[in-house]
Amino acid sequence: MARVVVNLPQQARRGEIMEIRTLAGHDMETGFRRTQLGQLIARDIITRFACTYNGVEVFRAELHPAMAANPLITFTTVATESGTLEFRWTGDNGFSATHSAQISVV
Amino acid sequence: MGRETRAMQDDDTTNPAVLWLLDGESLWNRKAGEAAKSCADCHGGAGKSMKGVAARYPGFDVSQKKVINLEQRIGLCRTEQQKAPALAYESRDLLALSAYVGRQSRGLPIDIQVNEKTKPFLEAGRAAFNRRQGQLNLACAQCHDGNWGKSLAGNPIPQAHPTGYPLYRLEWQGLGSLQRRLRNCFIGVRAEPYSYGSPEYVELELYLMWRARGMKLETPAVRP
Amino acid sequence: MTSRRQFLVLACGALATGAEAQLPPNIAALRQAALQEAVRKVVGDVPVQRGKVKLELPPLIENGNSVPLSVAVDSPMTAADHVKAIHVFAEKNPQPNVISAQLGPRAGRARIATRARIADTGTVVAIAQMSDGSFWSDSVSVVVTLSACLEDGLI
Repeated sequence: MARVVVNLPQQARRGEIMEIRTLAGHDMETGFRRTQLGQLIARDIITRFACTYNGVEVFRAELHPAMAANPLITFTTVATESGTLEFRWTGDNGFSATHSAQISVV
Repeated sequence: MGRETRAMQDDDTTNPAVLWLLDGESLWNRKAGEAAKSCADCHGGAGKSMKGVAARYPGFDVSQKKVINLEQRIGLCRTEQQKAPALAYESRDLLALSAYVGRQSRGLPIDIQVNEKTKPFLEAGRAAFNRRQGQLNLACAQCHDGNWGKSLAGNPIPQAHPTGYPLYRLEWQGLGSLQRRLRNCFIGVRAEPYSYGSPEYVELELYLMWRARGMKLETPAVRP
Repeated sequence: MTSRRQFLVLACGALATGAEAQLPPNIAALRQAALQEAVRKVVGDVPVQRGKVKLELPPLIENGNSVPLSVAVDSPMTAADHVKAIHVFAEKNPQPNVISAQLGPRAGRARIATRARIADTGTVVAIAQMSDGSFWSDSVSVVVTLSACLEDGLI
């Protein structure tokens, strides 16, 4: 599985807005580049990123070739209850990467 | 480099090089080769054993009887201690390990040893830095000593201190070594670049690191 | 690794056939049209108002491969009044869409940050889709520069 990095607090107060920073290792080949011989290099990008909080989707994004390589996505979500945040990246050629993090809400 | 690029470098939560650092950490702890040893088996925790190491490379290697760079030192450990096949230059694994080792010296001043063993290589590197080459007939010194700070094609010319290698270059959209950057310079002046691992590059690396002595290591840096 | 001779033969061939390798002369107009179309796909016939949205990215970009940008929208993010989605477009890219993020009241704050590829000097647009069906936008003009010493070196 590709390397991913997720930064979020381990603990938060109920109602606090948490900032979550995610990084995914991926070349994000645009599909617009050509080889030195003029052949088009096929598109190969992450197309979707989603975050669920105890099973409920709280954030989703559609990515296009204009996203930089090794995409960084920073978003926020309210700390509602303790539990698990699941992160999933999917893309071309069956690409899939996941990450799981525990959050303790006091 | 601009403010935003520096912000990217200084923040471990957004520096894309972190992806390689994590790979490097895994490789450090993974057993490899016929000897079935990991780096950690000999060196223990990198945070302690590798502190200050990258700041001293390139350095003179007694067994090789010449100056070698950090990637070559890692290569020697792989082939001679781990009895594993060598990692190719610019391969993801070698870069990850080099970045991981380099990271342990972040913040430390670059400290290159100048003695009768390293002097000939240093002088060769200095000569290369000052020698005109390529179709454009330019020497490194002309831009990086004589015209640093001025603009070239919209970007400022840096003094060319390799304080953060291997680094994430936005142009490459990935991590790369100092040799890869030097090759870009050679191509920039329309000179035929040497192959990876050439002694000419190592001598130039030695000179550049010596020239940057005292400056703090920033590995893994981010550059445009 | 391609030999120089191979490359030159192909380059001449490409020039001779023209079409694929070269950009059409009305490229600016085509890209403008593509941007309008991409925006229309998101907003339909609803007029897009300026305001509430703050798009931030550096006005002078050192390298278009990785440009940090953030979009923040002024919204209470309650169930009754929140940002449903944020869409970012780059005018001069071969394809205008950058990212489309779906938010909602659970976001707490309508702010996303990412890094985009901006191909050329031009305009970047961010559009926020609100829960009441309205659309708000912000746009920034940027200048994109390129490093002097590149790898492929064939400019």
